[in-house]
Amino acid sequence: MTNKNKTSTYQRFSRKGLSRRSLLGRASVLGLGALIGGGVPFSAALAQEPVKGGILKMGLGGGESTESLDPAMALVQVAFHTTRTFGETLLDVNPDGSLDMRLATDVSSSPDAMTWTFAIREGVKFHDGSELTADDVLETMRRHSDEDSQSGALGIMKGIKDMRVEGGNFIVELAEANADLPYLMSDYHLVIQPNGGRDNPGAGIGTGPYRVVEAEPGVRYTFEKFADYWDDSRGHFDGVEFAVINDATARNAALQSGQVHIINQVAPKVAGLLGRAPGLEVKSVAGRGHYVFIMHCDTAPFDNADLRMALKYAINREEMVDKILQGYGSVGNDIPINASYPLFDDTRPQRAYDPELAKEFYEKSGHDGSPIVLRVAEGAFPGAVDAAQLFQESARACGIPLEISREPDDGYWSDVWNVEPFCASYWSGRPVQDQMYATAYLSTADWNDTRFDNAEFDAKLVEARAELDQEKRKQLYREMADILADEGGLICPMFNDFIEGVSDQIQGWEESGVLEVMNGLAPHKCWLA
Amino acid sequence: MNAYIAKLVAQRIALGLLLIFLVSIMIFLGTQILPGDVAQAILGQSATPESLANLREELGLNAPATERYFSWLTGILHGDLGTSLSNGRDIAGAISERLGNTLFLAAWAALISVPLAIILGLVSVLYRGRWPDKVISAATLSAISVPEFMMSYILMYYVAVQLGWAPSVAMLNDRMSLFEKLHAISLPVAVLVMVVLAHMMRMTRAALLNVMQSAYIETAELKGIRRSAVIWRHAFPNSIAPIVNVVMLNMAYLVVGVVVVEVVFVYPGMGQYLVDHVSKRDVPVVQACGLIFAAVYIFLNMVADIVSILANPRLRHPK
Repeated sequence: MTNKNKTSTYQRFSRKGLSRRSLLGRASVLGLGALIGGGVPFSAALAQEPVKGGILKMGLGGGESTESLDPAMALVQVAFHTTRTFGETLLDVNPDGSLDMRLATDVSSSPDAMTWTFAIREGVKFHDGSELTADDVLETMRRHSDEDSQSGALGIMKGIKDMRVEGGNFIVELAEANADLPYLMSDYHLVIQPNGGRDNPGAGIGTGPYRVVEAEPGVRYTFEKFADYWDDSRGHFDGVEFAVINDATARNAALQSGQVHIINQVAPKVAGLLGRAPGLEVKSVAGRGHYVFIMHCDTAPFDNADLRMALKYAINREEMVDKILQGYGSVGNDIPINASYPLFDDTRPQRAYDPELAKEFYEKSGHDGSPIVLRVAEGAFPGAVDAAQLFQESARACGIPLEISREPDDGYWSDVWNVEPFCASYWSGRPVQDQMYATAYLSTADWNDTRFDNAEFDAKLVEARAELDQEKRKQLYREMADILADEGGLICPMFNDFIEGVSDQIQGWEESGVLEVMNGLAPHKCWLA
Repeated sequence: MNAYIAKLVAQRIALGLLLIFLVSIMIFLGTQILPGDVAQAILGQSATPESLANLREELGLNAPATERYFSWLTGILHGDLGTSLSNGRDIAGAISERLGNTLFLAAWAALISVPLAIILGLVSVLYRGRWPDKVISAATLSAISVPEFMMSYILMYYVAVQLGWAPSVAMLNDRMSLFEKLHAISLPVAVLVMVVLAHMMRMTRAALLNVMQSAYIETAELKGIRRSAVIWRHAFPNSIAPIVNVVMLNMAYLVVGVVVVEVVFVYPGMGQYLVDHVSKRDVPVVQACGLIFAAVYIFLNMVADIVSILANPRLRHPK
């Protein structure tokens, strides 16, 4: 490989990436400007000088005594946070959607986006004292891509044909072109471990600013500052403590009584009340998670495009955001993508509740008037049963009879979701549009939970994946969004915000819609006032 | 006649052991007939047929049930509870720590509530029908009527958040001194005391009142003994059996039934550990926890029966 025909895609990503997230534009579309403006502005946070020392205490929901420190197995929130705290990935996604070089110092690709080269940072030490090499990176990626791997990142490793090391570079050969590979490598499971973690995957050894001291799954985790950490601009605390507090009220009380500095997953119902308490602030950030109702496009009566359209016009998205999310969220537009994603086209018209159009489409569909069964369980997403009832009422006003069938939480994901033709579900989002579409809307995807099969859509997805020109990609994604919104089986009424409680003592907070609590980087970037 | 009592006690112990054995079979069968399996529960929404097959193979879920039961039972008799399916940790190690925490919490709750309940019971009998009796009954019955989580939240809000006297999260670790630990668990102990107090207090009161109607109490009163002495010296020893029974039931509850309080106060005890693993269908852990809970329950009931046997005046003073 010669250096001449390599394009430094990273620079292009970062230059164009900055402009795509038009915060003001989005806020005015949603009418939620007041809510979104709640956080400390990114630039203001950077302007202050970090203070070293102190112990950061976080009270986290979503922890289980069944979890391990193996990054491959990290599924729930607390496992995500522990992984982020002790480990690092090759790259991170910045809050503005650009890439942040962590254990890689440079990323470049061949012009056809088939071969990617990651230059690995030198002088980085693991917590066991050994030095990071490109071979550790290679072994890590191999472990996550083994056929019998249970890694949460297995899906994104599937497109890789070959991986190798040349000098200090880690090189990936893809089976088909993918311009998003750097974003995929930022997946939090892909924490670089010594020898890929093959010797002891759950040892909790990484290159992060904090070293694991105590790990009691489902109870607490403690970390101490790793003295040999390579990046002086991060890791300001002497130590970090996570308390696993799954009860929402107990989490709020722990923050209010000053036992912890940061809590995750504040319930929308109490966020407003909690925000009034002294000494803390409730931060709400638009994320990529969304709550959906999904129809199988190949099963009667949902194989009728007019009936699908009737149902899409029969749902009141604004009402759902107000009543289910208490305003801590934004309306969806029947695609799984929102402004948090790179290359989002915010000029697509918003679909609204329209009883007249819904009636028209319903009559055109020729449905026999028998009740349409919507399956739902509280476990589908918080407030799913209430949301289904709101849907039932708004559809009734359009003359469409919906029948709600309440299912038990137990077994919902194996017996109802992806099995029954019409049910409630959620998605937590993916790093890039390509991956979200490829996971659930490509006709051949395992989790194609709407049984969407559209050759044009599939072709555009593959075309966009290989396209390095960002303007052309954006146009392709726009066209795909139009196809999916009009033809697909997805009814996406709302995107939920990440809502977190943060003590006034915490400085350096920044908004990040990638994943919750600053994309898991609060221990790296914040400090105590 | 002591031989007769010894025989009764020995019979009771043998019965307890038999019960534990039967319970172990039931626990094993119970976990077998649950719908779905560990592999499905672990993978959840992200299950694909290949990853399910991989995980089932790795977890050894394909062996026949009887074979798995006997290897499990022999393991337990050797003190080996196996390893957790979901995170590969040693169960005995994890449980001993959790069980220690649960017993610590239960012991302090019992240490406060049992004497308090008996004293309050004695006082209400002493002042039967007058205001102390009514106040005690009203207070303890209201405490038991409020659901545990509600009581926990109320205490948390006023004592921890508003007054700042006690932590709202009862986290324990090895570096804490005994005093720090007691401070940490003060709120959960308070809630547990309130939950179990009424039951024991009312039972003490009822048992004593029952005995107080006996002819020999009337004799004692006619002899001119003070009422408090009549209650303490003559009535109480003969009402020990029912009181011990209800005390033991409540102590068993303190060990096996405090999941809600543990979750609310984030106390690292057995209850929360069990619940996490039930939701993951982590069968070895569920079986081990179930067996330990059953053993605690059977043991405490056995103690209650033995105390009743020993306290029975007809057996102690045979004609």
